[in-house]
Amino acid sequence: MDLIIFTLAVLDGLAYASQVFMVAVGMTLIFGVMRILNIAHGGFYAIGAYLSAGIGLAIASAGLSPWLHLPALVIGAAMAGGVLGLVIERFVLRYIYVKEEVLQLLVTFAIFMILEDVQRLVFGVQPYAASSLVDAMGTINVLGIPYNAYQVLLLPGVAVLTLVGLRWFLHHTLLGHLITATAEDREAATAMGVNANRVFLLTFTIGTVLAALGGAFAAPTTAVQLGMGADMIVLSFAVVVTAGLGQVEGAAVTAVLIGLGRSFAIYLMPELDVLMPYFIMMLVLLVRPNGLFGTVQTRKI
Amino acid sequence: MMGTSNPLRPLGRAFLAGVCALGIGTAGAADKPEQIDIGISAFLSGPASVFGEPARAAAEIMAERINANGGIHGVPVNLSFIDEGAGSAHLLSEYRRLVQSEDYDVMFASISSGNCLKVAPLAEDLEVINLMWDCGTQRVFEEGDYNYVFRTQANATPEMLASVLYLLKTHPDFETIAVVNQDYAWGRDSWNIFRTALQTLKPDVEVVAEFFPKFGTPDFSTEITRLLAMRPDVVLSTSWGGDLDNFVRQAKQRGLDERSTLVLPLAESSLERLGEDMPTGAIVGARGDHYYAHPGYADDEKFNEFVSSFREKTGNVPIYSAFHMVQAFDALQAAYDRAIEANGGEWPDTEALADAFEGLSFRGATSEITIRPADHQGLEDQMLGTAKQVEGKDIAELCDITVFPAEAITTPAGEDSTEWLKGLSADLLDTDVTTYPGCH
Repeated sequence: MDLIIFTLAVLDGLAYASQVFMVAVGMTLIFGVMRILNIAHGGFYAIGAYLSAGIGLAIASAGLSPWLHLPALVIGAAMAGGVLGLVIERFVLRYIYVKEEVLQLLVTFAIFMILEDVQRLVFGVQPYAASSLVDAMGTINVLGIPYNAYQVLLLPGVAVLTLVGLRWFLHHTLLGHLITATAEDREAATAMGVNANRVFLLTFTIGTVLAALGGAFAAPTTAVQLGMGADMIVLSFAVVVTAGLGQVEGAAVTAVLIGLGRSFAIYLMPELDVLMPYFIMMLVLLVRPNGLFGTVQTRKI
Repeated sequence: MMGTSNPLRPLGRAFLAGVCALGIGTAGAADKPEQIDIGISAFLSGPASVFGEPARAAAEIMAERINANGGIHGVPVNLSFIDEGAGSAHLLSEYRRLVQSEDYDVMFASISSGNCLKVAPLAEDLEVINLMWDCGTQRVFEEGDYNYVFRTQANATPEMLASVLYLLKTHPDFETIAVVNQDYAWGRDSWNIFRTALQTLKPDVEVVAEFFPKFGTPDFSTEITRLLAMRPDVVLSTSWGGDLDNFVRQAKQRGLDERSTLVLPLAESSLERLGEDMPTGAIVGARGDHYYAHPGYADDEKFNEFVSSFREKTGNVPIYSAFHMVQAFDALQAAYDRAIEANGGEWPDTEALADAFEGLSFRGATSEITIRPADHQGLEDQMLGTAKQVEGKDIAELCDITVFPAEAITTPAGEDSTEWLKGLSADLLDTDVTTYPGCH
């Protein structure tokens, strides 16, 4: 493998990593704070994607500048994710925190299936594509290979912004401190006067907004279609486990590992492509059973 | 329209006529039912519903038309759909239920090759006539022998072989090829057929890369980077639906179509969705000779009536799965015509109807199809063309359309496709074909 090929593979890997991070970071946050494996995450991702594609198509048919798609998709995804997150946490999840994990899993799975049917009802079965934003941003040449600027500049930029923003929010704001405290020890935090219900509502809503954003940013690069959410659940779960439960930085590192692993697999042994996320997960868990950034949980009696 | 390829047919007819004349009874006859119940399996959910939904619309159009004309010999048809998207277990149990509990008369199944391979023996078990209306796999009739199962369209072998022939006719000098197919049975099998045919007809072609990304992959950018760097002369993809849309759109965004010729044997079904993103110069196939703007049928009443009623009902142009559904209905109607005539006007029982399918010739919306008596395989012509973006149109046109006659490109009955392809000779390229110059 010469240096050119190596560089190209790294670039492909990083572009893919930023997509993976955007998909998985919301699930990581929710799992870390609420200890709920949120299967509905894939549904929020798909809703965000459909909405973004819908907005993109509306902008294109109205003859407006494709650049409008960028702010519109952020606002649209934030609103859809926000509303969905608030409603589902307040009226469904709140009643199952004390229940068995299996039940929690089933409930979020049910939400996922309902959302999938909603997509079918609203958008039908045909794939939609709204790629005018990607076209408008054009391509940049790297070593003679044209790359979409959207994928190698914008998406990694958004991923880094998200990571930095979340870090700042969790470590440098009062709300963030409340969330980390509740994640660390819910009982102690409640005893200190933290309203855990409100923290959960906030966390879940942030997670949902992030999922919808992940879908919204993916939409211009791909056709949105039925079933697109299901794949994301498994991938996100692999990231969550590899990162260490609730570790946002871990999710970023894992996403980069998975992205690079995948692109090098495609360059060297394409047959290994689908295995890479799980292969990486297995390697990491063999060496660090609590994940890359995970800590040993003390069991409270 | 009657077929003449079954030499026993006149004997059987004479015998039946004799029996009837003697007043002994009516072998092969049955009471005229109140309605003909047809069970249809198609994907109505999941990614493959891009084929299933248009096919359902076509089925409804056909049923409405038949019933508006008084039914098949006075008997109306009634449809029931099974969603293949719910999985094969669901399909098989629903299939069984419709046939055994609800006494369905005829079944049309199915889209997925995996399902076809499971449905065929089941239909045989239940002794119900099953029309394989859209299956791609050539394996059904090459590995099994059935009395009640018929295919009203071609299979993967002629579809892929026609694509190879068109590629060799239009780009005789290419040297390297890469493939990007979906990682499941169709993606793997179609590539095997394509490669076998290509390497027989042009042994010096080098396969430089084989990618089988996961079914439903949203992002092909790494594969595309690799292809951009390798610059193969030809890039083949037999993908369909959202996967094909994604691959083609992402390839075009980055100019892959300027470095390599794209060969897309199923892209007729993506033309409308891809719109302006369909690259000029890409080779487009249609799993048969179906194309909503087929120049050979521009003045054909039946064709135009179907295309316009489909557009009216769905707002979209009909794609190959819709045309395949039309073929299944027209085959059924032709078989009833033939069986009733052979029965001296009496309504046929299942056996008599099955006999009528052997060697049956019928016309769907496009060219005539014959069901081979020996193995029940349909002989369907194959059409390919080259896409071109035309100013002021939001769907690419097809240029230099070539229709390959079914007989020349279909594996002979009783032979194995792979072995047959390995024995092909380059003379095949000189077969008489129908060409339509210009763009349509």
